[in-house]
Amino acid sequence: MDDQLLTTVLFLAVVALTLGITIWASRQTKTAADYYAGGRSFSGVQNGLAIGGDYMSAASFLGISGAIALTGYDGFLYSIGFLVAWLVALLLVAEMLRNSGRFTMADQLAYRMKQRPVRMAAATSTVVVSIFYLLAQMVGAGALVALLLGVDSQAVKNLVIVGVGALMVFYVTVGGMKGTTWVQIVKAVLLMAGSALIVVLVLAEFNFNLSELLGTAASNSAHGGAFLEPGIKYGVDLTSKLDFISLGLALVLGTAGLPHILIRFYTVPTSRDARKSVLWAITLIGIFYLFTLVLGFGAAAMLTGDKAAEVAASGGNLASPLLAEAVGGGDGSTGGAILLALIAAVAFATILAVVAGLTLASSTSVAHDIYNSVIKRGEATEKQEMKMTRIAAVVIGGVAIALAIPAQDLNIAFLVALAFAVAASANLPAIVYNMFWRRFNTRGAVWSIYGGLIAAVGLVFFSPVVSGSETALVTGSDWSWFPLSNPGLISIPVGFLLGYIGTVTSREPETEERFTELEVRALTGAGSEQAVQH
Amino acid sequence: MSQDPVPQTPDTASRHDPVYDELHAAPEFHELRRRYRAFVFPATIAFLVWYLLYVVLSMFAGDFMDAKVVGNINVALVFGLLQFATTFLIAWLYSQYSTKKLDPLARELDDRYIAAADGRGPRRGHA
Repeated sequence: MDDQLLTTVLFLAVVALTLGITIWASRQTKTAADYYAGGRSFSGVQNGLAIGGDYMSAASFLGISGAIALTGYDGFLYSIGFLVAWLVALLLVAEMLRNSGRFTMADQLAYRMKQRPVRMAAATSTVVVSIFYLLAQMVGAGALVALLLGVDSQAVKNLVIVGVGALMVFYVTVGGMKGTTWVQIVKAVLLMAGSALIVVLVLAEFNFNLSELLGTAASNSAHGGAFLEPGIKYGVDLTSKLDFISLGLALVLGTAGLPHILIRFYTVPTSRDARKSVLWAITLIGIFYLFTLVLGFGAAAMLTGDKAAEVAASGGNLASPLLAEAVGGGDGSTGGAILLALIAAVAFATILAVVAGLTLASSTSVAHDIYNSVIKRGEATEKQEMKMTRIAAVVIGGVAIALAIPAQDLNIAFLVALAFAVAASANLPAIVYNMFWRRFNTRGAVWSIYGGLIAAVGLVFFSPVVSGSETALVTGSDWSWFPLSNPGLISIPVGFLLGYIGTVTSREPETEERFTELEVRALTGAGSEQAVQH
Repeated sequence: MSQDPVPQTPDTASRHDPVYDELHAAPEFHELRRRYRAFVFPATIAFLVWYLLYVVLSMFAGDFMDAKVVGNINVALVFGLLQFATTFLIAWLYSQYSTKKLDPLARELDDRYIAAADGRGPRRGHA
């Protein structure tokens, strides 16, 4: 009971801290550029931390360390895709997006194309990706918080989902980008510091000898030497191997198409700061995934008997928290209780920062792209647009809560991977073509976005994830014909191909003329949006 | 303040500023674009191939990946850690390259844009 009290107190401290930040940030938010882009005045370091905070989800922190604890090396395969992906963002996307857009992903496409169709397409895919990701996070939050608090009650889970939803709406409507960014910065610092502490304590148990840690992990696992080798989870048969290659492709190409990541590049004064923020993000995220390697194998090595069974029962999510308890002195010790509560609070902060980023990205796109450009034909005032963003945030928060509560009983872990697949299939082809292909035009952009989106979602609909397997979303009937759970292997080429076909079957000469301007602006920053001077 | 409306006339590509044509024709711009592409295209192909090689070997080359290097550390782990190392390396090389080779040209072209814009009234988007 005391442990629960301590954890609860720390959770409330996290909530109080983030609410304080949000209210403080709201006092500094006056203009649209403040609200959507934090005045474009964050430094490269600050934005790098915020990107880390936006990106490293509870699925990364608890999920990857848990996957390593249960399936050994195969859990580590994920983190590599998540990290290498940042080179796409660094080399091809971040700087040019900063120079050519204003608030949303669609800005950069609309720069040289017909406003309404491309904004509608980009906003649709932004909302779909964000809702998928959001649902997975919120359902995860309900289960996780209940788990961390040690209560197994449906009422508590529902309450947590409603609470998390209300908090994210509050961060976004009140604090805007500035508030959201600071929540993410604080979370990144807490996450890095918390996991660094546990990592050092784990390594100390093994005299800082990685080989010894790995050996103990392997011999305590049920798999022996195979635990350190690829294949336990994905090496079962040819289908599972292709499935992982499909997932790997979506991870590496999807990150630079995630809307909540893309809008972070607008929060810095210049493209050079955007570059610097990605460099910081790569450093942080890389170190973090190295930490999860130690946490995962550490959990496999140090948690045995009842504790190992608890980890397995939680699907791996309790690996890091229980490892923290073990290195703090074990069950029943004060040190163990403190570290367990600390890591639980860090995980909670992690969830909050990610859902805030997703809500902001999707509501900004609804207001800026759909409401202002498509419905009001660009005539809405900034005040109207910001008001619409807040309304959209409330609606999206409400929808996310309403979907997350019944989704708790469903197996929706695939939604995160699907969000990456949609980002890679629908968003990345349009972004890359737009920057590098003079001839690319409205039809190409619209076809690649809708085509990639429909291909990714459609293939998953006809995959064993949705029907026809033991863990499927729907039981009782089977309409699956696509064998892979991850659609990327097919849907990413489809997105690129449709972008090509759409372009060459349409003659729209003005986009080529505007490409000159886009290219100069993207590469030099000439005429790009300036930081707000306060 | 910096808030003018989004430059757009609905349903057509929006207005065109001729200063961009001049900058686009400048030899410095061609050099900037050439240098940018000379780095990012080969680097992107290289890291994607390197990453896919790792993924494919992990799935289809068990014997190679499972070989022990030292103690309990096998090829798969070393290969995975090398992916981290190459990611850090490419990021660092790009930061060096862009600071030295890209930023000076980009700044010069941006200065020309500002000078041209100042001649015709306040710069769009300027505070």
